[in-house]
Amino acid sequence: MSFGIPFAPPEASSIAGSVDTLFYALLAFTAALGTFLTILVVFYAIKYRAGSGAERTGERARSLPLEVTWTAASLLIAFVIFGWGAVLFLRREHPPMDALEIAGLGKQWMWEFRHSGGQREINELHVPVGKTVIVSLASQDVIHSFFVPAFRVKQDAVPGRTTHVWFIADEPGQYHLFCAQYCGTQHSEMGGWVTAMRPEDYAAWLGNQGKGDTLAAGGEKLFRALGCSGCHEKSSKVRAPDLAGIFGRPVALDNQQTVIADERYLRDSILDPKKEIAAGYDPVMPSFDGLLDEGEMQMLLAYLKSLSPQAPTKNEATQ
Amino acid sequence: MSTEALRPSSYLGEGAGPAAWLLTTDHKRVAWLYLVSLTAFFFLGGAFAVLMRVELATPAGDLVSDDTYNRLFSLHGIIMVWFFLVPSIPATLGNFLLPLMIGARDLAFPRLNLASWYVFILGSAFALASVLAGGVDTGWTFYTPLSTLYANGFVSMAALGVFIVGFSTIMTGINFIVTIHTLRAPGLTWFRLPIFVWTMYATALVMVLATPVLAASLILIVLERLFGIGIFNPALGGDPLLFQHLFWFYSHPAVYIMILPGMGVVSEVLPCFSRRPLFGYKAVALSSMAIAVFGFLVWGHHMFVSGQSAYAGVLFSFLSFCVAIPSAIKVFNWSLTLRKGEITFETPMLYALFFLALFTFGGLAGLFLAALAIDVHVHDTYFVVAHFHYIMVGGMVTAYMAGLHFWWPKLTGRMYSETWGRIAATVTFLGFNLTFFPQFVLGFLGMPRRYHTYPPEFQFWHILSSAGAVVLAVGYLMPLLYLGWSLFRGARAPANPWRATGLEWQTASPPPPHNFETMPVVTRPAYAYDMKGLKHERFSPHREEAAQ
Repeated sequence: MSFGIPFAPPEASSIAGSVDTLFYALLAFTAALGTFLTILVVFYAIKYRAGSGAERTGERARSLPLEVTWTAASLLIAFVIFGWGAVLFLRREHPPMDALEIAGLGKQWMWEFRHSGGQREINELHVPVGKTVIVSLASQDVIHSFFVPAFRVKQDAVPGRTTHVWFIADEPGQYHLFCAQYCGTQHSEMGGWVTAMRPEDYAAWLGNQGKGDTLAAGGEKLFRALGCSGCHEKSSKVRAPDLAGIFGRPVALDNQQTVIADERYLRDSILDPKKEIAAGYDPVMPSFDGLLDEGEMQMLLAYLKSLSPQAPTKNEATQ
Repeated sequence: MSTEALRPSSYLGEGAGPAAWLLTTDHKRVAWLYLVSLTAFFFLGGAFAVLMRVELATPAGDLVSDDTYNRLFSLHGIIMVWFFLVPSIPATLGNFLLPLMIGARDLAFPRLNLASWYVFILGSAFALASVLAGGVDTGWTFYTPLSTLYANGFVSMAALGVFIVGFSTIMTGINFIVTIHTLRAPGLTWFRLPIFVWTMYATALVMVLATPVLAASLILIVLERLFGIGIFNPALGGDPLLFQHLFWFYSHPAVYIMILPGMGVVSEVLPCFSRRPLFGYKAVALSSMAIAVFGFLVWGHHMFVSGQSAYAGVLFSFLSFCVAIPSAIKVFNWSLTLRKGEITFETPMLYALFFLALFTFGGLAGLFLAALAIDVHVHDTYFVVAHFHYIMVGGMVTAYMAGLHFWWPKLTGRMYSETWGRIAATVTFLGFNLTFFPQFVLGFLGMPRRYHTYPPEFQFWHILSSAGAVVLAVGYLMPLLYLGWSLFRGARAPANPWRATGLEWQTASPPPPHNFETMPVVTRPAYAYDMKGLKHERFSPHREEAAQ
């Protein structure tokens, strides 16, 4: 930071440093290559300007060894950069265990976040430092993108599916939260701040946020209000799959296939139940498409997840 | 030289009324129809860009409303991509030069060529109607479900315009492919073709293979928007990411439609003003084809954070690094072409050298975007905006200017002011870097693209960029003036003012209606600038005459 002019974003997450190492390594490489080529061209332009006395005899305008060398060298360097970038990228797929889950919902033009205790905030996100935070993202309308430059993370929120992004904030402070995917009229206003707090401050902040239902408890209420419990409870007369412990478990389908009951499967089974029918059950469930909004869907999913407490938090962000 | 005597038999002298131009099937006149229309679109799209940059000089949205701003960048993109960049070099210089370069009297299908211009104009009418009706607010990418369910601009009209213009692209592509295959002069084997012809061939292949996919996706958008058929809308059982796959399956190859012709131009200009054969001719020719093929396999690199499978992302990243190799090879070959030359720095050469610098910088920036972990951070930020403007504007538009100045004597039979040409080239280069280099920094800082307002700490870089846009606009307006002046008042050009080797220079400037008085026979490779005696015996008059 010189004269108040910013040159680089703050590094405030566990991955920011390693992403920047790659960035600066690549910057050094490209600057060196760019400078070399510039000097070479300028040197030739001066040395071989018309009328100069430079020696010009001898060489034909090709050299197979030279061409093979620079092609091979380019390939080698490209593969190194590729591998480096890919290894860092694949960490997105494997969040550390024992994460704090927060539901994030994008809608024109705001971010709504709900903590597992039911605390709700708009265009603000409070998180503890030093703890893995997984934001499960959904969209009410168009595609949005959750972007926190200081954390070097970005993930689109796509209508009709759940995506995930995780980070560990490692420096208390306030950081920009943007929507990176153009989403209509007030796209540039869709954002606010992520506040990273010391864990004790975060706990105190959560405590001050007024008591409401936890996400899962809200989901359980919906589970009854929408009539899901009428069929899916053990005491029910209608034969429907028991949902206890369903999340993360393999489900046999009537077409001989097996799928893992992840968020994608649960969401589709609620909105389009005829798509994948559990083996041994009649396709009698009605679609709930249009009966619940994305926020309610997230609560319902939180409730279903809470029925299988020991299931690992599987990140299916990009499935 | 007897330029006055050549004048009556030139293609420009054959009838002057509107009908003689609007009903012409002469590829050289069709090129002019395109040149005039594309110039209009270039300055229209440019005006939108200048308005945007003025708005962005301050963090608040104080010049135009958010809806207006969104329409400005959407129309800037739509017009610049489909109504300028895609047809730019192929439809103007390509149309004019392709038959001349291969020793043909015209393209294979002259009437199809004229028809392609009318289809272009029809598509333009839809696009302009959508502008006049109030514009489009989807971005040039038309992402669903924003474009199908939520946008309130005139999306269907603009999409239809782009759809129609696609057919003009396909017509041009078919015409070029058939022409190159069937109408080459005796002795003009594939590996004697100028690189410009190779790049036209590669471009035409991509046009013919990719554009139908764009047409299909746009029709699906219109079907969903007008009739509620569920294709991309999840509420109707569709998938919004399907649109991105279809769109980029066209639009990434289209990126190569928008740069390959520029590579062709500089491959002509650099050898001519270095008086040296193009270094590694075969590698440059084949790398153009490699770019055209690999270009079809990298579309997913626009979708690393879209929710696409991470492992698909890894594959697309790998292929993106592969497609960088042929471009790198070309840069090395162009640089080495200067070696042992007799270099002079006329206007086309200045533009070509600036192309080399800007294309190299833009290409190196592409390495950051292909590297997955970095792309997660800079995706959808100004870093991407800067990258593709370095390629599309710094690369393609600079090459277009190089080509326009290089072949201007051939197009018009007139010379232009060399002094003003060099000034304009330099102003453009400086203005371009001032506009777009700060955007790399902004992108790394996290400034998202398509933002009407922004946090105040980014303002320093935005002011630099906006100042640069004004300089750049001046750089582009200058040629409009001195080339316009040259068109009517410029000194008569000799047949071959640059002592170039291409067949197009072996006929009069401007060429006769059927291009060649006697059909040429080719006995030499392209760029035979090093052949003994060639410079002085075959290629008079010298350029000193032209410079007057």
